[in-house]
Amino acid sequence: MTDKSGQDKLRQQLEKWRKGPLAGFQKRGWKETYTSYREPIKDIYTPLDFPEEKYLEKSGFPGQYPYVRGVYPTMYRGRPWTMRQYAGFASAEESNRRYRYLLEQGQTGLSVAFDLPTQIGLDSDHDLADGEVGKVGVPIDSLADMEILFADIPLDQVSTSMTINSPAAVLLAMYIALAEKQGVASDQLKGTIQNDILKEYFARGTYIFPPGPSLRLITDIFAYCSRELPRWNTISISGYHIREAGANAVQELAFTLADGIAYVKAALKAGLEVDDFAPRLSFFFNAQMNLLEEVAKFRAARRLWARIMDEQFGAENPKSKMLRFHTQTAGASLTAQQAQNNIVRVTIQALAAVLGGTQSLHTNSYDEAWALPSEESVRIALRTQQIIAHESGATSTADPLGGSYYLEALTDDIENKVEEYLEKIEEMGGMVEAIEKGYVQREIQKSAYEMQKRIEQEEDIVVGVNKYAHEEAAPDDLLEVDPRMEKEQIKKLQEIKKNRDEQEVEQSLNKLKETAEADENLMPAIVEAVKAYATLGEICGVLRSIYGEYQAPTF
Amino acid sequence: MAENRIRVLIAKPGLDGHDRGAKVVAQALRDAGMEVIYTGLRRTPEQIVSAAIQEDVQVIGLSSLSGAHNHLFQKVAGLLEEKGYTDILLIGGGIIPDKDRKKLEEMGFDCIFSPGTSTSKIVEFIQDRVNG
Repeated sequence: MTDKSGQDKLRQQLEKWRKGPLAGFQKRGWKETYTSYREPIKDIYTPLDFPEEKYLEKSGFPGQYPYVRGVYPTMYRGRPWTMRQYAGFASAEESNRRYRYLLEQGQTGLSVAFDLPTQIGLDSDHDLADGEVGKVGVPIDSLADMEILFADIPLDQVSTSMTINSPAAVLLAMYIALAEKQGVASDQLKGTIQNDILKEYFARGTYIFPPGPSLRLITDIFAYCSRELPRWNTISISGYHIREAGANAVQELAFTLADGIAYVKAALKAGLEVDDFAPRLSFFFNAQMNLLEEVAKFRAARRLWARIMDEQFGAENPKSKMLRFHTQTAGASLTAQQAQNNIVRVTIQALAAVLGGTQSLHTNSYDEAWALPSEESVRIALRTQQIIAHESGATSTADPLGGSYYLEALTDDIENKVEEYLEKIEEMGGMVEAIEKGYVQREIQKSAYEMQKRIEQEEDIVVGVNKYAHEEAAPDDLLEVDPRMEKEQIKKLQEIKKNRDEQEVEQSLNKLKETAEADENLMPAIVEAVKAYATLGEICGVLRSIYGEYQAPTF
Repeated sequence: MAENRIRVLIAKPGLDGHDRGAKVVAQALRDAGMEVIYTGLRRTPEQIVSAAIQEDVQVIGLSSLSGAHNHLFQKVAGLLEEKGYTDILLIGGGIIPDKDRKKLEEMGFDCIFSPGTSTSKIVEFIQDRVNG
């Protein structure tokens, strides 16, 4: 297909097919189809959409620039992705039990869900924590809770992902202090902190400080980890929540990469060298229902990031240009109606992540439109990954769908549309400005509302909701968090405060205050404070007193 | 007609950051001609009730996906009763198990909508109850 006469011939034949057989059959039935970002999809894709002569430039090989076909040469034949179920609830004891259960069931990495007070830097006894303790995750007030959370889990043998953003530095410090107690050197620690504040302002909501100091905390972590925790992923730049908030595939990618660009710029401004921190940047995406579009999205993400790091930031280390990512299946796609259908939805989404070359994966449980998952539903979700890994054949070769005319055309199209967004955001002065202007929020909101309207007008079908619905009883074997847990956690917190060395706590908090007021790296002072059993709320309280709190505008 | 527009407060009690549903419902109610005030994130039950009184709304819609609904929704219902505003239509939605839905409806909520409810159903429900 490389020669021009071949292409001309194909074009002629295609036209003939369109006017003849296709037009004839279209009279019997035909509908317009669209991508999630409302681009019409063609009747058929051919080598005209993916000319072979561009193969080397656009695709290349796995493990090679621009990494479209995967970040590692061997992909899943070398090692399967990490199966990592996001979990945490009630208390450190309960959550520790769930982690050990998941490890026994063949899970290969941990992923900690913190409760909302922890995510917002409040101790369990704070007024605003009322009713929230242990609800969406585990409550962590001090190092003492972390000691229980990881009891009998040697930190040199697991990798741990922590979904923590605004107070990421504090939870990371606790993990470092805990490792020290276990006798594990910090350069042995493997894992990830989410540490992605920008999407909190417009898609997830657990912000504390304004953007300026938040970015300083992030770049301090980059600098500290490049010296002390070389195997740690210092950030997980997340599109997941952006998609959940209602964005389409292009918006998910565009806003995530724009956040990534903002972090790189902040780190360079703070005086770091690009190749010192960029290899430890990682990403986190959503896997929604449209299988092929999602695969194309993951591939486009890799090519875009490789080019951004190469062309815009002049990175030289190949690892700086590799977009490594975690995937979670789409929570927003789960239906409360006929909940078991969600097992099928999750399978399709998980398959998209694997065919898209993910490095780790969380599969949602079928009962999550009703509550946190039960042990049984979590097991099915994990088994779904294991079936894909061992039975489906999707792992037999790298990027198995590469070269599909349709997929390649989608990959190009998503890439182009993301670039348009990135240019627009750049013109606004960057992502922080785009968020402060409300541009990003409005784009997502518009998309979410249109999606809802299409479902209500039955333009988009959701099985069991607007089609094939039937009367049924709601599931009754749901996980419940005992409300008494909150009181127990508060009691534990009071015990800790009674038994620690108050003078040591005070000194470490004063030192933190001085460090925050000066222009020094905050991490060492935070590590010292957590070791003295200063609480999360106390540490964040010091930072709040200096940095203030972000006041979100409503759009 | 403008003076007869139904006034609604859509609120996010507690620390939950999931506001896609709240915003979609707010927009749908506006498109149906209602006047809608959205509180934004992280409101306490006290703040929500005083905003509702101050804004003179006929409807309060609460949204929670963080599992704190039992505690926070009950507080809002309790405060409304305490202050004598039980005539305000009180509705809610989010990730709420059926068992809790029934409990909340028994203790003062006019309706808890489950995931998948169409916005037109919510619009109709409000119009029926407020005008009907």
